[in-house]
Amino acid sequence: MANLDRESAQGAVGISVKDLRVRYGEREILHGITFDVQPGETLVILGGSGSGKSTLLRTLVGLERVASGEVWIAGKNLATISERELDDLRKMIGMSFQGGALFGSMSVGENVSLPLREHSPLDESTIEIVVRLKLEQVGLSGYEDYMPAQLSGGMKKRAAVARALAMDPQILFFDEPSAGLDPIIAAGIDDLILKLKKAFKMTIVVVTHELASAFLIADRMLLIDRGVVVASGTKEEMQASKLPRVRQFFDRVPEPELKDEMSYLQILIGEEPTERR
Amino acid sequence: MAFVDSIGRSTIDGLAYVGQLARLTARATRDIFVTPAQGRGLRYRRAVHQAMSVGVESLPILSLITFFIGVILALQSAYELRRFGALDLVATAVAISLTRELGPLMTAIVVIGRSGSAFAAEIGTMKVSEELDALETMALDPVRFLVAPKLVAMLLMMPCLTTWADFMGISGGALFGVTSAGFTVSSYFHATLNALLIRDIVSGLIKSVMFGLVITTVGCQEGFLTGLGSEQVGRSTTTAVVKSIFLVIVVDFVFTALFYVMGPA
Repeated sequence: MANLDRESAQGAVGISVKDLRVRYGEREILHGITFDVQPGETLVILGGSGSGKSTLLRTLVGLERVASGEVWIAGKNLATISERELDDLRKMIGMSFQGGALFGSMSVGENVSLPLREHSPLDESTIEIVVRLKLEQVGLSGYEDYMPAQLSGGMKKRAAVARALAMDPQILFFDEPSAGLDPIIAAGIDDLILKLKKAFKMTIVVVTHELASAFLIADRMLLIDRGVVVASGTKEEMQASKLPRVRQFFDRVPEPELKDEMSYLQILIGEEPTERR
Repeated sequence: MAFVDSIGRSTIDGLAYVGQLARLTARATRDIFVTPAQGRGLRYRRAVHQAMSVGVESLPILSLITFFIGVILALQSAYELRRFGALDLVATAVAISLTRELGPLMTAIVVIGRSGSAFAAEIGTMKVSEELDALETMALDPVRFLVAPKLVAMLLMMPCLTTWADFMGISGGALFGVTSAGFTVSSYFHATLNALLIRDIVSGLIKSVMFGLVITTVGCQEGFLTGLGSEQVGRSTTTAVVKSIFLVIVVDFVFTALFYVMGPA
């Protein structure tokens, strides 16, 4: 808890997760995750499909219930937070969803202005200015009146980022920012994240499985696999890691066929799986 | 034993579902009446938009259907009445069965098909595309944001549509009355007015409001319950229609029985 209240000069806040467990019904998805995100830092959470990385992100923004453990954001523990406190906390975070999750019945401008209209005392003309500003920041000037269906995948994501930025959040979350985009558009989104990081010094948490983009934007990385943290550290530390699970992920080695639980555990601790008959 | 088990289980599931609907109703009602007083306004523009789509846009099809129902009702009752030489009672028969029963019911069926299913599809699509999650992460309550405007629109529109359906049905009856039962247009409507009591019309309108409540909550609830994947949206749309029709009939039965018991001996 020591570093939780230590907020950076820019007002960015950190995150501290301790022994987090999350369940879907009977099934436990996250088995005791522990990590910290320093204020103003960009953490990239890496992991394959089904590793639990999306569940982790959903838990951080309060969409999944904490089964046990602690998640501290801005001095509040998500495990014990009240509805009202959670709503207050959500006003200081922004989340960019995988597909953008723009409201299809509203124009881009209305999407971006929605949180402002609902949560801020700003008048219409000020809101209009803020919307124009946010769209400019993501490179979508002049698209206020477009409907989400008229935008390409990359533009939708940019618009979603603009909406996430609307309330000037202190923490920004990205779910698979480059998923489903061609490499050039994806690079553009990476660029945007870097720009935001530089301009606003906000805390950024990105979930992705794209290695190139991860190494580009991350200050630190967290590799999770089947609901546990396999490794964490700076880019360099991760690059130099000898842990077999890390190497497998970074060197893109396909999963060996596993005969049983035991050999999986052996792989986790870095042993050759023993053949059992 | 397994049979008894399954009956027990589906009864419990059914009751739990009705409980969920009641909770959704309570939350939406609070968002309509209480929350605006606390400064978190209802989305009136959205409610008006919904009212247009629930109400105004369903007028053509509703008019057509209830007009034909009126003609059919007149034909069916005339078939029996003319054996007793009581063809002049056609107006009464049509008026009472329409206002008390078929007007609200046919309106409900049309609205289920047009709007109940659309509610489920809209909210289901939003669930699949993470828009519901987006609402939550923006500290916006999906019930206040999505259900409340729909409920307002529905509760206002259902009685209006039902009144119109009654009128169109009676007009259908009049077509038969004038062409085959010796009425003039004015004598037919006169006979209708004589036959009808305020109670008949009001009981139908009360039912229609309850139907509106059922259609909105079931449609929205099925939307919220949509699983992941776009094919699930189709499934929840179908479920919404089937469950709405069933529950509307149940509510119809309860209220008809209630009005019967409370009615004059």
